[in-house]
Amino acid sequence: MSTIVLLALTGLGLGALYFLVASGLSLIWGLMRVLNFAHGAFFTVAAYAAWTAQGALHGLPSPWMRWFAALLIGITIGALFATLTEVLLIRRLYREQIGQVLVTVGLALATLALVQGGFGSDPKQVQLPAWMTATTAVAGAAIPNTRLLAILAAALVLIALLLFLQHTRYGLIVRAGVENRAMVSALGIDVQRAFTLVFAIGGAAAGLAGVLGGAYYGTVDPVRGTEMLIFAFIVVVIGGLGSVTGSAAAAVIVGLLQQFLNYYAAPGVGDFAVVLLLAGVLLTRPGGLAGGVL
Amino acid sequence: MSGGRTLLNVRDLNVYIGESHILQNVTLSVREGGITGLLGRNGAGKTTTLRGILGLVERTGSITLDGRELTNLAVHEVVRCGVGYVPEDRDVFSGLTVAENLRLAERPGSPLRYDLVYGLFPELAQRSAQKAGTLSGGQQQMLSLARALLNGDNRILLVDEPTKGLSPLVVKQVAAALLRAAELATILLVEQNLSVAHRLVGDVIVLDQGRIAYTGHVDTLMGDPALARRYLGLAAAGEGHTRT
Ligand SMILES: Nc1ncnc2c1ncn2[C@@H]1O[C@H](COP(=O)(O)OP(=O)(O)O)[C@@H](O)[C@H]1O
Ligand SMILES: [Mg+2]
Repeated sequence: MSTIVLLALTGLGLGALYFLVASGLSLIWGLMRVLNFAHGAFFTVAAYAAWTAQGALHGLPSPWMRWFAALLIGITIGALFATLTEVLLIRRLYREQIGQVLVTVGLALATLALVQGGFGSDPKQVQLPAWMTATTAVAGAAIPNTRLLAILAAALVLIALLLFLQHTRYGLIVRAGVENRAMVSALGIDVQRAFTLVFAIGGAAAGLAGVLGGAYYGTVDPVRGTEMLIFAFIVVVIGGLGSVTGSAAAAVIVGLLQQFLNYYAAPGVGDFAVVLLLAGVLLTRPGGLAGGVL
Repeated sequence: MSGGRTLLNVRDLNVYIGESHILQNVTLSVREGGITGLLGRNGAGKTTTLRGILGLVERTGSITLDGRELTNLAVHEVVRCGVGYVPEDRDVFSGLTVAENLRLAERPGSPLRYDLVYGLFPELAQRSAQKAGTLSGGQQQMLSLARALLNGDNRILLVDEPTKGLSPLVVKQVAAALLRAAELATILLVEQNLSVAHRLVGDVIVLDQGRIAYTGHVDTLMGDPALARRYLGLAAAGEGHTRT
């Protein structure tokens, strides 16, 4: 029983990280029809920015304060990097799908090379407040607190995104734009501003995932953003491109499937099963699990 | 309505889609007030003309509204100059409620005419919390019209086949709404239902294979069966004598 609880919460924790990356990816695709291969780079840069900040902020009195300051810096850097990516690169290429792929893949590769050049290829240990290296007993299982933290953060982000989409003017513009961008501009709305905003939100969420990922794994690693991106893309497709709740549901399914099968079948089987699930969804429900953006 | 001044001026509008030259030097002007008809057979280029005016397709040429150059503006900027658009396939946002569709259409700074649109289309008020995707075709058309009528600062409405596929009762309602709207803004109307077109429009512009083929008054066009048949198809024959 305790093994099942441990696997379930670990899977949910992993799913939480996938969701944080996938939600932005999904909204960016839904609104702009851009496949953003640079989204993993937002994760990576934020993770390293937070790691660097923690080292630089040793003047702050408590480990919690240091970690929290680093978290805010990571989120901000993620949002900023994403915003610049949209404004400087993607904006010129909205009509050129091939150009978008080349530019975002190029940015991802360049970021990886720069991070490896600057920080080395090996993972770096992350300093964490004591609570984050401890566990909490849940139904008899000792759950690492970082899993619980990731789950809580993802749940809060999901709620915030839904509130944004349902109750703000920009949320309305995003929901409408996912259906029909041209008609949104034909109502006199500068849909470009919504594009930039969605990139910023996606970058912030990916940045949050980058910092939480550092806590989850205890290290930052130059290639983790790429791994996250691959699973996040799978989550986005299974959940329905453009759907936030679809991404959340798919992230949970993928995280749980991976953990349980990697444990009970054999390591690697879980990852393989995720790809099979992707194929199954594509064959039976090409639009993914969800319909609209919510 | 003759002698009114020109509100919309389109000069040498050219549109290419892929290799095809869809619009060829389309030059037209729309007088302020009333309803001008933009007619022509299927595929003549009516929809592309409206989309070209808005900038929804790439085009060359010059477009002015009340003397103001629109040609180099982005779509949303053209619209903010006071151009309302009711697209051919309605294009309501199906995942948004009726109220949300209307709220999205609200333009900052524009006087909003909720009383007018709910007065013309009471069904929209009753169904304001309903998703637009669950409305009937006629109700979706009402919503699409309502989005354009909502903004009090619209100078001209570009309305593309608003009665297509609707029941006779809804056609009547839509026609009445257009007449009411024409008291508040100029309308450029694409309409394939010729009896409706004849009843609503004054000036007509006829497109044929991407070029302007005729401009004049609707009575003159409909009164000449040979002319009407040539530009509007067989259905037009005899229309001139059965004005409703
Ligand atoms: N997106 C498009 N791609 C290719 N051809 C198009 C496209 N849109 C319109 N056309 C062509 O342009 C011509 C004019 O179309 P349209 O403006 O829709 O005509 P109308 O509204 O008068 O029926 C047609 O021959 C149509 O096939
Ligand atoms: Mg048409």
